[in-house]
Amino acid sequence: MGLVAPRTAHFDDPLTLACGRQLASYDLVYETYGELNKDKTNAILICHALSGHHHAAGIHSESDKKPGWWEQCIGPGKPIDTNRFFVLSLNNLGGCHGSTGPSSINPDTGKPWGPDFPVLRARDWVHSQARLADRLGIQCWAAVIGGSLGGMQALRWSLEYPERIKHCVAIASAMKLSAQNIAFNEIARQAILSDPGFASGHYLDNDSVPDKGLGLARMVGHITYLSEDAMARKFGRSLRTGTLETGTDDNVEFQVESYLRYQGSQFSESFDANTYILMTRALDYFDLAREYDNDPVAAFRHASCSYLVLSFSTDWRFSPARSREIVDALIAAGRPVSYSELEANEGHDAFLLPIPRYLDVFSAYMQRVGVDS
Amino acid sequence: MRLDLAHIQRWIKPGSRVLDLGCGNGMFLQMLQEQRQVNGLGLEIDDGNITEAISRGLNIVEQDLDKGLTNFPDQSFDTVVMAHALQVVHYPDQILDEMLRIGRECVVTFPNFGHWRCRLYLATHGRMPVSKSMPFSWYDTPNIHFCTVLDFEQLCADKGITILEREMVGNTQRKPLLASTWPNMFATTAIYHITR
Repeated sequence: MGLVAPRTAHFDDPLTLACGRQLASYDLVYETYGELNKDKTNAILICHALSGHHHAAGIHSESDKKPGWWEQCIGPGKPIDTNRFFVLSLNNLGGCHGSTGPSSINPDTGKPWGPDFPVLRARDWVHSQARLADRLGIQCWAAVIGGSLGGMQALRWSLEYPERIKHCVAIASAMKLSAQNIAFNEIARQAILSDPGFASGHYLDNDSVPDKGLGLARMVGHITYLSEDAMARKFGRSLRTGTLETGTDDNVEFQVESYLRYQGSQFSESFDANTYILMTRALDYFDLAREYDNDPVAAFRHASCSYLVLSFSTDWRFSPARSREIVDALIAAGRPVSYSELEANEGHDAFLLPIPRYLDVFSAYMQRVGVDS
Repeated sequence: MRLDLAHIQRWIKPGSRVLDLGCGNGMFLQMLQEQRQVNGLGLEIDDGNITEAISRGLNIVEQDLDKGLTNFPDQSFDTVVMAHALQVVHYPDQILDEMLRIGRECVVTFPNFGHWRCRLYLATHGRMPVSKSMPFSWYDTPNIHFCTVLDFEQLCADKGITILEREMVGNTQRKPLLASTWPNMFATTAIYHITR
Protein backbone atom coordinates (compact mmCIF):
# COMPACT_ATOMS: atom_id res chain seq x y z
CA MET A 1 0.00 0.00 0.00
CA GLY A 2 3.03 2.27 0.43
CA LEU A 3 3.40 5.25 2.74
CA VAL A 4 0.31 6.31 4.65
CA ALA A 5 -0.28 8.85 7.41
CA PRO A 6 -2.91 8.92 10.13
CA ARG A 7 -5.17 11.93 10.61
CA THR A 8 -7.28 13.07 13.52
CA ALA A 9 -10.87 14.27 13.39
CA HIS A 10 -12.05 16.22 16.41
CA PHE A 11 -15.74 16.25 17.33
CA ASP A 12 -17.32 18.79 19.63
CA ASP A 13 -20.97 17.77 19.33
CA PRO A 14 -21.71 15.50 22.30
CA LEU A 15 -22.23 11.81 21.62
CA THR A 16 -24.86 10.10 23.73
CA LEU A 17 -23.75 6.57 24.47
CA ALA A 18 -25.72 3.36 24.93
CA CYS A 19 -24.90 3.43 28.65
CA GLY A 20 -26.74 6.76 28.98
CA ARG A 21 -23.63 8.88 29.51
CA GLN A 22 -22.43 11.53 27.10
CA LEU A 23 -19.03 12.16 25.63
CA ALA A 24 -18.84 15.95 25.24
CA SER A 25 -16.01 15.89 22.74
CA TYR A 26 -13.72 13.28 21.29
CA ASP A 27 -11.06 12.54 18.70
CA LEU A 28 -11.06 9.79 16.13
CA VAL A 29 -7.79 8.82 14.48
CA TYR A 30 -8.10 7.36 11.00
CA GLU A 31 -6.26 6.51 7.83
CA THR A 32 -7.52 6.42 4.27
CA TYR A 33 -6.29 4.49 1.25
CA GLY A 34 -7.29 5.12 -2.38
CA GLU A 35 -9.25 8.04 -3.82
CA LEU A 36 -12.81 9.04 -2.99
CA ASN A 37 -14.71 9.39 -6.26
CA LYS A 38 -16.72 12.45 -7.25
CA ASP A 39 -20.07 10.99 -6.22
CA LYS A 40 -18.54 9.56 -3.03
CA THR A 41 -19.99 6.16 -3.81
CA ASN A 42 -16.79 4.10 -3.54
CA ALA A 43 -16.12 4.46 0.18
CA ILE A 44 -15.44 1.41 2.31
CA LEU A 45 -15.31 1.39 6.09
CA ILE A 46 -12.99 -1.05 7.85
CA CYS A 47 -13.99 -1.93 11.42
CA HIS A 48 -11.23 -3.32 13.59
CA ALA A 49 -11.26 -6.22 16.03
CA LEU A 50 -10.41 -6.40 19.73
CA SER A 51 -6.77 -5.33 19.57
CA GLY A 52 -6.85 -3.56 16.20
CA HIS A 53 -6.49 0.08 15.31
CA HIS A 54 -6.62 2.54 12.42
CA HIS A 55 -3.39 1.39 10.80
CA ALA A 56 -4.81 -1.33 8.57
CA ALA A 57 -2.54 -1.03 5.54
CA GLY A 58 0.67 0.55 4.30
CA ILE A 59 3.66 1.75 6.29
CA HIS A 60 4.18 4.96 8.24
CA SER A 61 7.83 5.41 7.27
CA GLU A 62 10.32 3.75 4.98
CA SER A 63 11.96 2.17 8.02
CA ASP A 64 8.70 0.51 9.18
CA LYS A 65 9.26 -3.22 9.40
CA LYS A 66 5.62 -4.21 9.56
CA PRO A 67 2.73 -2.91 7.43
CA GLY A 68 -0.81 -2.37 8.73
CA TRP A 69 -2.74 -5.29 10.20
CA TRP A 70 -4.83 -6.02 7.09
CA GLU A 71 -2.22 -5.40 4.41
CA GLN A 72 -3.14 -8.83 2.99
CA CYS A 73 -6.59 -7.62 2.02
CA ILE A 74 -6.23 -3.89 1.36
CA GLY A 75 -4.25 -2.45 -1.55
CA PRO A 76 -4.04 -2.32 -5.32
CA GLY A 77 -5.34 -5.56 -6.82
CA LYS A 78 -6.22 -6.99 -3.42
CA PRO A 79 -9.77 -7.93 -2.32
CA ILE A 80 -10.36 -4.39 -1.05
CA ASP A 81 -8.81 -2.87 -4.14
CA THR A 82 -7.57 0.66 -3.57
CA ASN A 83 -7.55 1.22 -7.34
CA ARG A 84 -11.34 1.14 -7.11
CA PHE A 85 -12.19 1.97 -3.52
CA PHE A 86 -11.62 4.73 -1.02
CA VAL A 87 -10.91 2.87 2.20
CA LEU A 88 -11.32 4.38 5.64
CA SER A 89 -9.94 2.69 8.72
CA LEU A 90 -10.21 4.24 12.16
CA ASN A 91 -9.24 3.57 15.73
CA ASN A 92 -12.46 3.06 17.63
CA LEU A 93 -13.58 5.25 20.47
CA GLY A 94 -12.20 3.81 23.70
CA GLY A 95 -9.09 2.67 21.86
CA CYS A 96 -5.50 3.34 22.77
CA HIS A 97 -3.96 4.33 19.46
CA GLY A 98 -4.92 7.99 19.30
CA SER A 99 -8.71 8.03 19.45
CA THR A 100 -10.27 9.22 22.67
CA GLY A 101 -10.17 6.44 25.25
CA PRO A 102 -9.33 5.57 28.85
CA SER A 103 -5.75 6.81 28.47
CA SER A 104 -6.90 10.21 27.15
CA ILE A 105 -7.25 13.21 29.44
CA ASN A 106 -10.73 13.73 30.87
CA PRO A 107 -11.37 17.47 30.26
CA ASP A 108 -13.42 17.66 33.47
CA THR A 109 -10.60 16.48 35.72
CA GLY A 110 -7.46 17.20 33.74
CA LYS A 111 -6.38 13.62 34.49
CA PRO A 112 -6.53 10.44 32.40
CA TRP A 113 -10.00 8.92 32.25
CA GLY A 114 -8.71 5.54 33.34
CA PRO A 115 -11.47 3.25 34.59
CA ASP A 116 -13.96 6.16 34.61
CA PHE A 117 -14.14 6.18 30.83
CA PRO A 118 -17.74 5.45 29.80
CA VAL A 119 -18.66 1.86 29.04
CA LEU A 120 -19.08 1.40 25.28
CA ARG A 121 -21.15 -0.84 23.07
CA ALA A 122 -20.59 -1.73 19.41
CA ARG A 123 -23.43 0.64 18.50
CA ASP A 124 -21.52 3.56 20.04
CA TRP A 125 -18.68 2.82 17.66
CA VAL A 126 -21.13 2.65 14.77
CA HIS A 127 -22.63 6.03 15.66
CA SER A 128 -19.21 7.64 16.00
CA GLN A 129 -18.17 6.10 12.67
CA ALA A 130 -21.32 7.59 11.09
CA ARG A 131 -20.23 11.01 12.29
CA LEU A 132 -16.83 10.51 10.75
CA ALA A 133 -18.60 9.57 7.50
CA ASP A 134 -20.64 12.80 7.73
CA ARG A 135 -17.44 14.76 8.21
CA LEU A 136 -15.99 13.29 5.00
CA GLY A 137 -19.25 13.78 3.10
CA ILE A 138 -19.87 10.05 2.73
CA GLN A 139 -23.63 9.53 2.64
CA CYS A 140 -23.54 5.80 1.98
CA TRP A 141 -20.80 3.20 2.34
CA ALA A 142 -20.25 0.95 -0.66
CA ALA A 143 -19.40 -1.60 2.03
CA VAL A 144 -18.71 -1.87 5.72
CA ILE A 145 -16.23 -4.67 6.38
CA GLY A 146 -14.84 -6.28 9.49
CA GLY A 147 -13.51 -9.48 11.00
CA SER A 148 -14.36 -10.82 14.47
CA LEU A 149 -15.48 -7.87 16.63
CA GLY A 150 -15.15 -5.80 13.44
CA GLY A 151 -17.72 -8.05 11.78
CA MET A 152 -20.09 -7.39 14.67
CA GLN A 153 -19.79 -3.66 13.99
CA ALA A 154 -20.44 -4.22 10.29
CA LEU A 155 -23.58 -6.22 11.17
CA ARG A 156 -24.69 -3.50 13.59
CA TRP A 157 -24.17 -0.89 10.85
CA SER A 158 -26.61 -2.75 8.62
CA LEU A 159 -29.30 -2.46 11.29
CA GLU A 160 -28.59 1.03 12.66
CA TYR A 161 -28.13 2.77 9.31
CA PRO A 162 -29.76 0.56 6.66
CA GLU A 163 -29.88 3.46 4.20
CA ARG A 164 -26.18 4.19 4.58
CA ILE A 165 -24.67 0.79 3.69
CA LYS A 166 -24.89 -1.19 0.45
CA HIS A 167 -22.84 -4.24 1.42
CA CYS A 168 -21.93 -5.75 4.75
CA VAL A 169 -18.99 -8.13 4.99
CA ALA A 170 -18.73 -10.04 8.27
CA ILE A 171 -15.72 -12.36 8.51
CA ALA A 172 -15.17 -14.87 11.33
CA SER A 173 -17.86 -13.13 13.33
CA ALA A 174 -20.99 -13.92 15.34
CA MET A 175 -24.33 -12.44 16.38
CA LYS A 176 -23.32 -12.84 20.02
CA LEU A 177 -20.64 -14.46 22.10
CA SER A 178 -21.09 -17.86 23.66
CA ALA A 179 -20.66 -18.43 27.41
CA GLN A 180 -17.32 -20.07 26.64
CA ASN A 181 -16.20 -16.95 24.79
CA ILE A 182 -17.22 -14.66 27.63
CA ALA A 183 -15.40 -16.99 30.02
CA PHE A 184 -12.13 -16.56 28.13
CA ASN A 185 -12.59 -12.80 28.18
CA GLU A 186 -13.20 -12.93 31.90
CA ILE A 187 -9.95 -14.79 32.52
CA ALA A 188 -8.18 -12.08 30.53
CA ARG A 189 -9.84 -9.33 32.57
CA GLN A 190 -9.08 -11.06 35.86
CA ALA A 191 -5.44 -11.35 34.83
CA ILE A 192 -5.35 -7.57 34.42
CA LEU A 193 -7.44 -6.72 37.50
CA SER A 194 -5.31 -8.89 39.78
CA ASP A 195 -2.03 -7.31 38.68
CA PRO A 196 -1.01 -4.95 41.53
CA GLY A 197 0.25 -2.56 38.86
CA PHE A 198 -3.32 -2.11 37.64
CA ALA A 199 -4.11 -0.02 40.73
CA SER A 200 -7.87 -0.32 40.16
CA GLY A 201 -7.36 1.13 36.73
CA HIS A 202 -5.52 4.25 37.89
CA TYR A 203 -2.08 3.04 36.80
CA LEU A 204 -1.39 6.16 34.73
CA ASP A 205 -1.82 8.38 37.81
CA ASN A 206 0.12 5.86 39.90
CA ASP A 207 3.03 5.57 37.52
CA SER A 208 2.60 1.81 37.55
CA VAL A 209 2.11 -0.64 34.67
CA PRO A 210 -0.10 -3.74 34.74
CA ASP A 211 2.17 -5.34 32.16
CA LYS A 212 2.12 -8.81 33.71
CA GLY A 213 -1.67 -8.89 33.76
CA LEU A 214 -2.06 -7.48 30.27
CA GLY A 215 0.54 -9.90 28.94
CA LEU A 216 -1.25 -12.81 30.57
CA ALA A 217 -4.56 -11.61 29.12
CA ARG A 218 -3.01 -11.62 25.68
CA MET A 219 -1.53 -15.10 26.18
CA VAL A 220 -4.95 -16.54 26.97
CA GLY A 221 -6.51 -14.70 24.06
CA HIS A 222 -3.79 -15.81 21.70
CA ILE A 223 -4.35 -19.50 22.43
CA THR A 224 -7.98 -19.08 21.44
CA TYR A 225 -7.07 -17.35 18.18
CA LEU A 226 -5.03 -20.35 17.00
CA SER A 227 -6.16 -23.86 16.24
CA GLU A 228 -4.68 -26.86 18.02
CA ASP A 229 -3.31 -27.99 14.69
CA ALA A 230 -1.67 -24.62 13.96
CA MET A 231 0.06 -24.66 17.35
CA ALA A 232 1.16 -28.26 16.88
CA ARG A 233 2.71 -27.48 13.53
CA LYS A 234 4.29 -24.22 14.62
CA PHE A 235 5.81 -25.40 17.91
CA GLY A 236 5.05 -29.05 18.44
CA ARG A 237 6.56 -30.20 21.72
CA SER A 238 9.96 -28.73 21.02
CA LEU A 239 12.06 -27.48 23.90
CA ARG A 240 14.15 -24.36 23.62
CA THR A 241 17.11 -26.06 25.28
CA GLY A 242 17.79 -29.37 26.98
CA THR A 243 16.11 -32.65 26.19
CA LEU A 244 12.74 -34.19 26.90
CA GLU A 245 14.53 -36.87 28.99
CA THR A 246 16.24 -34.54 31.41
CA GLY A 247 14.22 -31.37 31.03
CA THR A 248 15.94 -28.02 31.06
CA ASP A 249 17.10 -25.44 33.55
CA ASP A 250 15.91 -22.73 31.20
CA ASN A 251 13.26 -20.46 32.64
CA VAL A 252 11.28 -20.89 29.43
CA GLU A 253 11.08 -24.57 28.60
CA PHE A 254 8.87 -25.32 25.61
CA GLN A 255 8.94 -23.31 22.39
CA VAL A 256 5.24 -22.60 22.68
CA GLU A 257 5.84 -20.94 26.05
CA SER A 258 8.48 -18.73 24.56
CA TYR A 259 6.11 -17.71 21.79
CA LEU A 260 3.26 -16.92 24.17
CA ARG A 261 5.49 -14.92 26.49
CA TYR A 262 6.80 -12.94 23.57
CA GLN A 263 3.26 -12.21 22.34
CA GLY A 264 2.23 -11.22 25.85
CA SER A 265 5.13 -8.87 26.48
CA GLN A 266 4.88 -7.26 23.03
CA PHE A 267 1.21 -6.62 23.60
CA SER A 268 1.59 -5.21 27.09
CA GLU A 269 4.01 -2.62 25.72
CA SER A 270 1.64 -1.40 23.03
CA PHE A 271 -1.83 -1.73 24.50
CA ASP A 272 -3.76 -0.06 27.30
CA ALA A 273 -5.20 -2.28 30.02
CA ASN A 274 -8.39 -0.24 30.49
CA THR A 275 -8.99 -0.31 26.75
CA TYR A 276 -8.61 -4.10 26.81
CA ILE A 277 -11.23 -4.37 29.53
CA LEU A 278 -13.54 -1.97 27.72
CA MET A 279 -13.20 -3.76 24.36
CA THR A 280 -13.76 -7.24 25.81
CA ARG A 281 -16.86 -5.95 27.61
CA ALA A 282 -18.21 -4.51 24.35
CA LEU A 283 -17.63 -7.96 22.83
CA ASP A 284 -19.37 -9.77 25.69
CA TYR A 285 -22.43 -7.54 25.59
CA PHE A 286 -22.82 -7.51 21.83
CA ASP A 287 -26.11 -9.19 20.96
CA LEU A 288 -27.36 -8.40 17.50
CA ALA A 289 -30.97 -9.38 18.08
CA ARG A 290 -31.57 -8.55 21.74
CA GLU A 291 -33.65 -5.46 21.05
CA TYR A 292 -35.53 -7.28 18.27
CA ASP A 293 -37.15 -9.67 20.70
CA ASN A 294 -34.09 -11.92 20.42
CA ASP A 295 -35.18 -12.77 16.91
CA PRO A 296 -32.31 -12.32 14.42
CA VAL A 297 -34.70 -12.80 11.50
CA ALA A 298 -36.79 -9.86 12.72
CA ALA A 299 -33.56 -7.90 13.19
CA PHE A 300 -32.36 -8.48 9.64
CA ARG A 301 -35.75 -7.47 8.23
CA HIS A 302 -34.65 -3.93 9.15
CA ALA A 303 -31.63 -4.19 6.91
CA SER A 304 -31.52 -3.37 3.24
CA CYS A 305 -27.98 -4.26 2.20
CA SER A 306 -26.43 -7.41 0.76
CA TYR A 307 -24.16 -9.58 2.87
CA LEU A 308 -21.01 -11.62 2.53
CA VAL A 309 -20.34 -13.92 5.47
CA LEU A 310 -17.10 -15.91 5.71
CA SER A 311 -15.88 -18.37 8.32
CA PHE A 312 -12.83 -20.59 8.77
CA SER A 313 -13.00 -24.32 9.38
CA THR A 314 -10.68 -24.47 12.41
CA ASP A 315 -11.84 -21.25 14.08
CA TRP A 316 -13.21 -22.35 17.44
CA ARG A 317 -13.43 -18.86 18.95
CA PHE A 318 -15.87 -17.68 16.28
CA SER A 319 -16.77 -21.02 14.79
CA PRO A 320 -18.41 -21.63 11.40
CA ALA A 321 -21.59 -22.55 13.31
CA ARG A 322 -21.85 -18.93 14.52
CA SER A 323 -21.52 -17.66 10.96
CA ARG A 324 -24.13 -20.15 9.80
CA GLU A 325 -26.54 -18.67 12.32
CA ILE A 326 -26.05 -15.28 10.70
CA VAL A 327 -26.55 -16.77 7.23
CA ASP A 328 -29.66 -18.72 8.20
CA ALA A 329 -31.24 -15.64 9.76
CA LEU A 330 -30.44 -13.62 6.64
CA ILE A 331 -31.96 -16.29 4.40
CA ALA A 332 -35.10 -16.41 6.51
CA ALA A 333 -35.29 -12.62 6.44
CA GLY A 334 -35.03 -12.70 2.66
CA ARG A 335 -31.77 -10.72 2.56
CA PRO A 336 -29.29 -11.36 -0.25
CA VAL A 337 -26.37 -13.29 1.22
CA SER A 338 -23.31 -15.20 0.10
CA TYR A 339 -21.44 -17.50 2.45
CA SER A 340 -18.39 -19.67 2.36
CA GLU A 341 -16.72 -21.78 5.03
CA LEU A 342 -13.05 -21.66 4.18
CA GLU A 343 -10.68 -24.53 4.85
CA ALA A 344 -7.86 -23.11 6.93
CA ASN A 345 -5.64 -24.53 9.66
CA GLU A 346 -4.91 -21.24 11.35
CA GLY A 347 -8.00 -20.88 13.54
CA HIS A 348 -9.53 -17.47 14.21
CA ASP A 349 -6.34 -15.71 13.09
CA ALA A 350 -6.99 -16.96 9.55
CA PHE A 351 -8.97 -13.83 8.74
CA LEU A 352 -5.74 -11.82 8.89
CA LEU A 353 -3.70 -14.23 6.75
CA PRO A 354 -3.12 -14.53 3.01
CA ILE A 355 -5.01 -17.77 2.42
CA PRO A 356 -5.48 -18.03 -1.35
CA ARG A 357 -9.03 -19.32 -1.38
CA TYR A 358 -10.09 -16.72 1.20
CA LEU A 359 -8.65 -13.90 -0.90
CA ASP A 360 -10.28 -15.38 -4.04
CA VAL A 361 -13.81 -15.53 -2.63
CA PHE A 362 -13.43 -12.14 -0.97
CA SER A 363 -12.20 -10.61 -4.25
CA ALA A 364 -14.97 -12.35 -6.20
CA TYR A 365 -17.60 -10.75 -3.97
CA MET A 366 -15.96 -7.32 -3.98
CA GLN A 367 -16.35 -7.13 -7.76
CA ARG A 368 -20.02 -6.27 -7.27
CA VAL A 369 -19.36 -3.67 -4.59
CA GLY A 370 -19.44 -0.07 -5.73
CA VAL A 371 -21.01 -0.87 -9.10
CA ASP A 372 -24.60 -1.18 -7.85
CA SER A 373 -25.02 2.30 -6.42
CA MET B 1 -26.68 -24.07 -22.93
CA ARG B 2 -27.55 -27.51 -21.62
CA LEU B 3 -30.95 -28.47 -23.04
CA ASP B 4 -32.50 -29.28 -19.66
CA LEU B 5 -31.75 -25.76 -18.48
CA ALA B 6 -33.41 -24.16 -21.51
CA HIS B 7 -36.61 -26.05 -20.71
CA ILE B 8 -36.61 -25.10 -17.04
CA GLN B 9 -36.37 -21.42 -17.84
CA ARG B 10 -39.87 -21.42 -19.37
CA TRP B 11 -41.37 -22.53 -16.06
CA ILE B 12 -39.81 -19.77 -14.00
CA LYS B 13 -42.03 -16.74 -13.50
CA PRO B 14 -40.36 -13.38 -14.02
CA GLY B 15 -39.35 -11.71 -10.78
CA SER B 16 -39.89 -14.81 -8.67
CA ARG B 17 -37.69 -16.13 -5.85
CA VAL B 18 -35.62 -19.07 -6.99
CA LEU B 19 -33.48 -21.44 -4.92
CA ASP B 20 -31.01 -23.46 -6.98
CA LEU B 21 -29.74 -26.59 -5.22
CA GLY B 22 -26.30 -27.58 -6.43
CA CYS B 23 -26.00 -24.49 -8.61
CA GLY B 24 -22.53 -25.34 -9.93
CA ASN B 25 -20.70 -22.34 -11.33
CA GLY B 26 -23.95 -20.34 -11.36
CA MET B 27 -24.32 -20.24 -15.13
CA PHE B 28 -28.00 -21.17 -15.02
CA LEU B 29 -28.89 -18.91 -12.10
CA GLN B 30 -27.19 -16.02 -13.86
CA MET B 31 -29.25 -16.70 -16.97
CA LEU B 32 -32.44 -16.75 -14.90
CA GLN B 33 -31.42 -13.50 -13.30
CA GLU B 34 -30.75 -11.85 -16.64
CA GLN B 35 -33.72 -13.25 -18.58
CA ARG B 36 -36.30 -13.74 -15.85
CA GLN B 37 -35.12 -11.10 -13.36
CA VAL B 38 -35.43 -13.64 -10.58
CA ASN B 39 -34.29 -13.09 -7.03
CA GLY B 40 -31.99 -16.09 -6.85
CA LEU B 41 -29.99 -17.97 -4.25
CA GLY B 42 -27.69 -20.85 -5.09
CA LEU B 43 -26.40 -23.60 -2.82
CA GLU B 44 -23.09 -25.24 -3.71
CA ILE B 45 -20.27 -27.14 -2.02
CA ASP B 46 -17.44 -27.04 -4.53
CA ASP B 47 -14.87 -24.33 -3.72
CA GLY B 48 -14.11 -23.39 -7.31
CA ASN B 49 -17.77 -23.26 -8.27
CA ILE B 50 -18.62 -21.07 -5.29
CA THR B 51 -15.96 -18.51 -6.17
CA GLU B 52 -16.94 -18.49 -9.84
CA ALA B 53 -20.64 -18.16 -9.08
CA ILE B 54 -20.01 -15.33 -6.60
CA SER B 55 -17.90 -13.51 -9.18
CA ARG B 56 -20.93 -13.62 -11.49
CA GLY B 57 -22.63 -11.36 -8.97
CA LEU B 58 -24.85 -14.15 -7.62
CA ASN B 59 -25.83 -14.88 -4.04
CA ILE B 60 -24.28 -18.22 -3.20
CA VAL B 61 -24.32 -20.06 0.11
CA GLU B 62 -21.95 -22.92 0.83
CA GLN B 63 -24.17 -25.75 2.00
CA ASP B 64 -24.09 -29.52 1.78
CA LEU B 65 -27.50 -30.75 0.56
CA ASP B 66 -26.93 -34.03 2.38
CA LYS B 67 -26.89 -32.19 5.70
CA GLY B 68 -30.46 -31.07 5.18
CA LEU B 69 -32.28 -27.88 4.28
CA THR B 70 -33.91 -27.25 7.64
CA ASN B 71 -32.52 -23.71 7.69
CA PHE B 72 -34.96 -22.74 4.95
CA PRO B 73 -38.44 -21.69 6.12
CA ASP B 74 -41.58 -23.27 4.65
CA GLN B 75 -42.68 -21.80 1.34
CA SER B 76 -39.91 -19.23 1.35
CA PHE B 77 -39.22 -19.56 -2.38
CA ASP B 78 -41.46 -19.58 -5.45
CA THR B 79 -39.45 -22.24 -7.21
CA VAL B 80 -36.77 -24.63 -6.02
CA VAL B 81 -34.59 -26.03 -8.80
CA MET B 82 -32.31 -29.04 -8.65
CA ALA B 83 -30.64 -29.76 -11.97
CA HIS B 84 -28.71 -33.02 -12.27
CA ALA B 85 -28.16 -33.44 -8.55
CA LEU B 86 -30.92 -35.91 -7.59
CA GLN B 87 -28.58 -38.80 -8.38
CA VAL B 88 -25.73 -37.50 -6.21
CA VAL B 89 -27.58 -36.87 -2.94
CA HIS B 90 -27.82 -39.44 -0.13
CA TYR B 91 -31.60 -39.32 0.25
CA PRO B 92 -33.32 -38.21 -2.99
CA ASP B 93 -36.79 -38.84 -1.56
CA GLN B 94 -36.16 -36.64 1.47
CA ILE B 95 -34.69 -33.88 -0.68
CA LEU B 96 -37.85 -33.89 -2.81
CA ASP B 97 -39.97 -33.49 0.31
CA GLU B 98 -37.77 -30.64 1.49
CA MET B 99 -37.86 -28.93 -1.90
CA LEU B 100 -41.65 -29.03 -1.91
CA ARG B 101 -41.76 -27.70 1.64
CA ILE B 102 -39.50 -24.75 0.79
CA GLY B 103 -40.91 -23.90 -2.64
CA ARG B 104 -44.38 -23.72 -4.11
CA GLU B 105 -43.12 -25.41 -7.24
CA CYS B 106 -40.02 -27.41 -7.97
CA VAL B 107 -38.06 -28.36 -11.01
CA VAL B 108 -35.98 -31.51 -11.02
CA THR B 109 -33.79 -32.87 -13.79
CA PHE B 110 -31.88 -36.12 -13.80
CA PRO B 111 -30.18 -38.49 -16.22
CA ASN B 112 -32.55 -41.31 -17.19
CA PHE B 113 -30.89 -44.58 -16.36
CA GLY B 114 -33.60 -46.40 -18.29
CA HIS B 115 -32.22 -45.09 -21.59
CA TRP B 116 -31.70 -47.86 -24.13
CA ARG B 117 -27.96 -47.29 -24.25
CA CYS B 118 -27.69 -47.97 -20.53
CA ARG B 119 -29.81 -51.07 -20.88
CA LEU B 120 -27.82 -52.26 -23.87
CA TYR B 121 -24.50 -51.59 -22.15
CA LEU B 122 -25.53 -53.55 -19.09
CA ALA B 123 -27.09 -56.33 -21.20
CA THR B 124 -24.13 -56.78 -23.52
CA HIS B 125 -21.15 -55.92 -21.31
CA GLY B 126 -22.65 -57.12 -18.07
CA ARG B 127 -21.01 -54.16 -16.40
CA MET B 128 -22.18 -50.79 -15.03
CA PRO B 129 -22.75 -48.39 -17.94
CA VAL B 130 -20.07 -45.81 -18.64
CA SER B 131 -20.73 -43.11 -21.21
CA LYS B 132 -19.53 -39.69 -22.31
CA SER B 133 -22.05 -37.92 -20.06
CA MET B 134 -21.48 -40.34 -17.17
CA PRO B 135 -17.80 -41.22 -17.47
CA PHE B 136 -17.25 -42.57 -13.94
CA SER B 137 -16.45 -46.06 -12.77
CA TRP B 138 -18.97 -47.55 -10.34
CA TYR B 139 -16.65 -47.14 -7.36
CA ASP B 140 -15.71 -43.49 -7.76
CA THR B 141 -18.85 -41.99 -9.20
CA PRO B 142 -20.63 -39.09 -7.50
CA ASN B 143 -23.82 -40.58 -8.96
CA ILE B 144 -25.00 -42.87 -6.21
CA HIS B 145 -28.77 -42.96 -6.83
CA PHE B 146 -29.59 -43.61 -10.44
CA CYS B 147 -33.24 -43.88 -11.41
CA THR B 148 -35.35 -44.19 -14.51
CA VAL B 149 -38.26 -42.06 -15.69
CA LEU B 150 -40.64 -44.74 -14.45
CA ASP B 151 -38.91 -44.93 -11.07
CA PHE B 152 -39.24 -41.19 -10.59
CA GLU B 153 -42.90 -41.10 -11.54
CA GLN B 154 -43.62 -43.99 -9.20
CA LEU B 155 -41.93 -42.08 -6.36
CA CYS B 156 -44.07 -39.01 -7.16
CA ALA B 157 -47.21 -41.16 -7.10
CA ASP B 158 -46.20 -42.74 -3.77
CA LYS B 159 -45.55 -39.33 -2.25
CA GLY B 160 -48.63 -37.61 -3.65
CA ILE B 161 -46.51 -35.25 -5.71
CA THR B 162 -48.29 -33.65 -8.68
CA ILE B 163 -46.40 -33.57 -11.96
CA LEU B 164 -47.32 -30.26 -13.61
CA GLU B 165 -45.30 -30.80 -16.76
CA ARG B 166 -42.45 -32.93 -17.97
CA GLU B 167 -39.96 -32.57 -20.80
CA MET B 168 -37.67 -35.19 -22.18
CA VAL B 169 -34.35 -34.58 -23.80
CA GLY B 170 -33.22 -37.18 -26.33
CA ASN B 171 -30.04 -37.76 -28.23
CA THR B 172 -30.87 -35.22 -30.91
CA GLN B 173 -31.15 -31.49 -30.59
CA ARG B 174 -34.31 -31.47 -32.73
CA LYS B 175 -37.81 -32.30 -31.51
CA PRO B 176 -37.15 -35.43 -29.51
CA LEU B 177 -40.05 -37.49 -30.85
CA LEU B 178 -38.83 -40.82 -29.58
CA ALA B 179 -37.89 -39.38 -26.21
CA SER B 180 -41.31 -37.81 -25.65
CA THR B 181 -43.18 -40.87 -26.87
CA TRP B 182 -41.17 -43.53 -25.03
CA PRO B 183 -39.28 -41.50 -22.45
CA ASN B 184 -38.21 -44.40 -20.27
CA MET B 185 -36.41 -45.90 -23.24
CA PHE B 186 -35.25 -42.86 -25.23
CA ALA B 187 -34.88 -39.85 -22.92
CA THR B 188 -31.31 -39.12 -21.86
CA THR B 189 -32.40 -36.40 -19.46
CA ALA B 190 -35.77 -36.08 -17.76
CA ILE B 191 -37.11 -32.71 -16.60
CA TYR B 192 -40.01 -32.48 -14.19
CA HIS B 193 -42.05 -29.53 -13.01
CA ILE B 194 -43.72 -30.66 -9.80
CA THR B 195 -45.83 -29.35 -6.95
CA ARG B 196 -47.81 -30.69 -4.03
